[in-house]
Amino acid sequence: MLLINCPYCGERPEPEFVYGGQAHIARPTDPRACSDQQWADYLYLRDNVKGVHNERWRHTHGCGRFFNALRDTTTDRFLATYEVGHEPPATLKGAHS
Amino acid sequence: MSQPWRTPAGGRINRHRELRFTFDGRELTGYEGDTLASALLANGVHLVGRSFKYHRPRGILSAGPEEPNAIVTVRRDAARVTPDLRATEVPLYAGLDAISQNRWPSLGVDVGAINNLLSPFIPAGFYYKTFMWPRGAWRSLYEPKIRAAAGLGRAPEQPDPDTYATRFAHCDVLVVGAGPAGIAAARASAKRGVRVILCDEQPQFGGSLLAEPSASTALIEGQPAEQWLSASLKELASLPEVTLLSRTTAFGYFPHNFVGLSERLTDHLDSVRPGQPRERLWQVRAKEVILATGALERPLVFPGNDRPGILLAGAARTYLNQYGVMPGRRAVLLTACDAAYRAALDLRSAGVEIAAIIDVRERADGALPEAARRAGLTVHSNATVVGTVGSQRVKAIRVARLDGSGAPQGSIERIACDALLMSAGYTPSVHLFSQSRGKLVWNDAQQTFLPGEPAERTHCAGACRGVFGLAAAIEDGRGAAARAGGDVSGSSKMPEPAAGEFGGILGALPQPAGKPVVKAFVDWQNDVTSKDLALAAREGFRSIEHVKRYTTTGMATDQGKTSNLNALAIVAGEIGKRIPEVGLTTFRMPYTPVTFGSFAAYTRGELFDPVRTTPTHEWAVRRGAVFEDVGLWKRARYFPRKDESMHAAVQRECLAVRNGCGMFDASTLGKIEVVGKDAVTFMNRLYINSWSNLAVGRCRYGILLRDDGFIMDDGVVARIAEDRFHVTTTTGGAAAVLGMMEDFLQTEWRDLQVWLTSTSEQWSVIAVQGPKSREVIAGLVEGVDLSNAALAHMGVAHGRICGVPMRLFRVSFTGELGFEINVPADYGQSVWEAIYAAGQAHGITPYGTEAMHVLRAEKGFIIVGQDTDGTVTPHDAGLAWAIGKSKSDFVGKRALERPAMQSIERKQLVGLLTGAPHVVLEEGAQLIASAQHRLGERPIGHVTSSYYSATLGRSIAMAMVRGGRARQGETLYVLADGQPVPVQVTSPVFYDPQGTRLNA
Repeated sequence: MLLINCPYCGERPEPEFVYGGQAHIARPTDPRACSDQQWADYLYLRDNVKGVHNERWRHTHGCGRFFNALRDTTTDRFLATYEVGHEPPATLKGAHS
Repeated sequence: MSQPWRTPAGGRINRHRELRFTFDGRELTGYEGDTLASALLANGVHLVGRSFKYHRPRGILSAGPEEPNAIVTVRRDAARVTPDLRATEVPLYAGLDAISQNRWPSLGVDVGAINNLLSPFIPAGFYYKTFMWPRGAWRSLYEPKIRAAAGLGRAPEQPDPDTYATRFAHCDVLVVGAGPAGIAAARASAKRGVRVILCDEQPQFGGSLLAEPSASTALIEGQPAEQWLSASLKELASLPEVTLLSRTTAFGYFPHNFVGLSERLTDHLDSVRPGQPRERLWQVRAKEVILATGALERPLVFPGNDRPGILLAGAARTYLNQYGVMPGRRAVLLTACDAAYRAALDLRSAGVEIAAIIDVRERADGALPEAARRAGLTVHSNATVVGTVGSQRVKAIRVARLDGSGAPQGSIERIACDALLMSAGYTPSVHLFSQSRGKLVWNDAQQTFLPGEPAERTHCAGACRGVFGLAAAIEDGRGAAARAGGDVSGSSKMPEPAAGEFGGILGALPQPAGKPVVKAFVDWQNDVTSKDLALAAREGFRSIEHVKRYTTTGMATDQGKTSNLNALAIVAGEIGKRIPEVGLTTFRMPYTPVTFGSFAAYTRGELFDPVRTTPTHEWAVRRGAVFEDVGLWKRARYFPRKDESMHAAVQRECLAVRNGCGMFDASTLGKIEVVGKDAVTFMNRLYINSWSNLAVGRCRYGILLRDDGFIMDDGVVARIAEDRFHVTTTTGGAAAVLGMMEDFLQTEWRDLQVWLTSTSEQWSVIAVQGPKSREVIAGLVEGVDLSNAALAHMGVAHGRICGVPMRLFRVSFTGELGFEINVPADYGQSVWEAIYAAGQAHGITPYGTEAMHVLRAEKGFIIVGQDTDGTVTPHDAGLAWAIGKSKSDFVGKRALERPAMQSIERKQLVGLLTGAPHVVLEEGAQLIASAQHRLGERPIGHVTSSYYSATLGRSIAMAMVRGGRARQGETLYVLADGQPVPVQVTSPVFYDPQGTRLNA
């Protein structure tokens, strides 16, 4: 059971959270301008990282907020959690492969 | 004489309390403080089980959790039967009833032992090579027979009557293992005033100290070891921040320092009070974990090494010193390390004759071998055992000298004995460290894997990281505590191990050339021999993971605690690689088996899942409703009268709605209040419909897609005010829809001023449906004009019913004139009862979900998740009319424009009518185009909903059919029991297609 640091509530056990898939995938602002391939990529194409992964979590059984996290998929270690709309902490950006 | 193998004095048992127990029905006695294994040995019982594959007689090999042979069933009463327990870990209690396993008809005479004679024909991989033809025989013949012959104990046949407790705990330092290193670490940590949990699988703390003779002269911190132990434990017990857990196994090490502990609470008691929990599962989150899990002794691999009476040297020492039991009268020690000499010396002091010490090393000149020689014991170094004699107990061993190349040579000496103690050396217990995903590193000096870089806040101390010896272990425990406390000055460097004391050798002992007939066991529990491993290597297996699966070495319930390193060394030797190049199989939780009851804990029976009930639940129970589970909800399925069948009840309920009035509890529908100045923008972006033109006081059927264009949910949405929508969802989809709404609001459309509130459990929803529904509620409603002109179909009004505030929806999921009355949930049942009373004059009939399903199917209304399956677009479902055509975007819109989504070959919703009106199709049945079904022909659709309609006097069905709408009038075929049933494709709307009844 992971221990996850919700940016709004602090450390809470994993059962309070729901995983939300890869982070920083913005929905295209003008979908009509997307080719079919671009739209399919937005819908279905995700990284499958061995190492540091940018991902979303929702503190569903807590504050209900979505937030972003950097987690190492090989160790389950969280390098950071941060609010939606923010970039990953600058010091850790290089870690994102 | 009872317990003839018990020493006259000594041990940590309570000789004042004799306990009677039975083994295979034989009455025996032991003492309080015994394990089943020590009590059996005290009675001279060495033969305790039959091996898994060859049914060879087996004895007690160890004194701890690594035991591969002494696997028994313990029966407390008819229901409390626990198979596959290690006798070395079963605490003795008065009346304990133990049964040996894997033998028939009895332990002494076992028919399965024929496998031992057939063993040349059943090598590793035998099953894979043999039971291949004919193919069908695997299911009908081979598998049932093999399954019947395999396995150890039998699963209990009655429900487990025990209760199991569970708790969460947090601490600063969790110390696993209460041997010298663990106790030192716990004491040092506790001195800092932090919260400490110290756990150990044994009933008593002390670890290796428990196996020391009571007259031991060993000193710890200047005190005799025994005094240090009791003083340390007394000190720890007095500290309020310290939790001491004995009989508690740390079985699993999970991410973020989350450790599972299984505490056994009653298995050692003579009798159990009703309700007293049997075990407690501790789920511990520790800031720092100190592993002081010690080391396990390895057996030696030589021909005939599995006879009863052959046991680990350290185990023999434990039986003698901790339990006061002699494993034999005349013993031989076979060893590859110095530490094992202590067993010979202690047994000798207790009066056991040591016939010889055979040391496989070239020289044995350490302090302990010298002490043995001084004590007059015969030490043969550079020698080995090439065979053993005896059937149900070892009688003699055959010893040979080793030549310069390390091979047996010359004459073979026979030495009579009734016990053979063996030791290949000690393997650090790195199981938990490895489970935590810490890296294991091969240590050349110690010839073993040791903890390397940890993955968590983990600190290892003592023998589990290769630090052996009392003084070194204590020092190491304190060092680990200092590091856990953030003191980085303390070095984590390991002291140099005393050469030869604990290390020993790996792999198989040399055997005489050309005599591979006798088995040398590597894995006792799964009957894997050194020959099997060599065979796997010869057949081309190179990965240790593959060798493991092919030979099953290390795959028994002991997970190879005694066998893994020997197996690895043998395989490495066979394929000519170094051990670290061959690698190590993965250590997985649990360290020792954990009961299912412990994991289930309180979540059994009524507490298995939460139950959600609607406000009218009690009323429905009183009316004899039959319920069905919808998610966690209990929903009334139908309300049978007396002995009425479901079929009859549903027909009656349907006809009542069509001809008069019915009432239905729709409270389980999801409800979300969408509020804010941008609420209409939000709804426009999310749902396919247009909401800008929905007037306040009106509602509309809304459809929600995922962004891939497929229907996710549907429901009626009412505009309560300019900036306020009352959104309903399906019963099962409520949480997912709210989650999706929150996702978009929080991450994509952060500029929108919209607030979402789940109101699913705040509103009780009573559907009153049927031509007489207006008359039924008219007398109860205040402040709302119910006339068709004032409140038309899809109108919403506020008012009161029975004096209670109400949101009144004029909506219908039945096709009849109907109302859905929303009242605060607390009033749900009283308003329901008032409507029921008022409806008596009109024959009002409560109906359940089954009638609701039939009524909506007659109208061709879909149920998301039944008629749709996550690959259905609005076009496919015949709902394209709902799309707001002028909108530039909504969730799913772009995906709908992909060519594949517009193909006319997509499956579309249609109705089906069978030729014979009373034939009701099977839901899920496949549709084919012609009566002659060809093998391999792909079906063109499937039945999604199918019922008997009392209203229409015939069966109806809905189906998703390839290009279905263009097929209206065609005859297709549904396969029913392999027989094609002709059906006609129709519109899915079977009843009142003009909707005149809705607007009545």
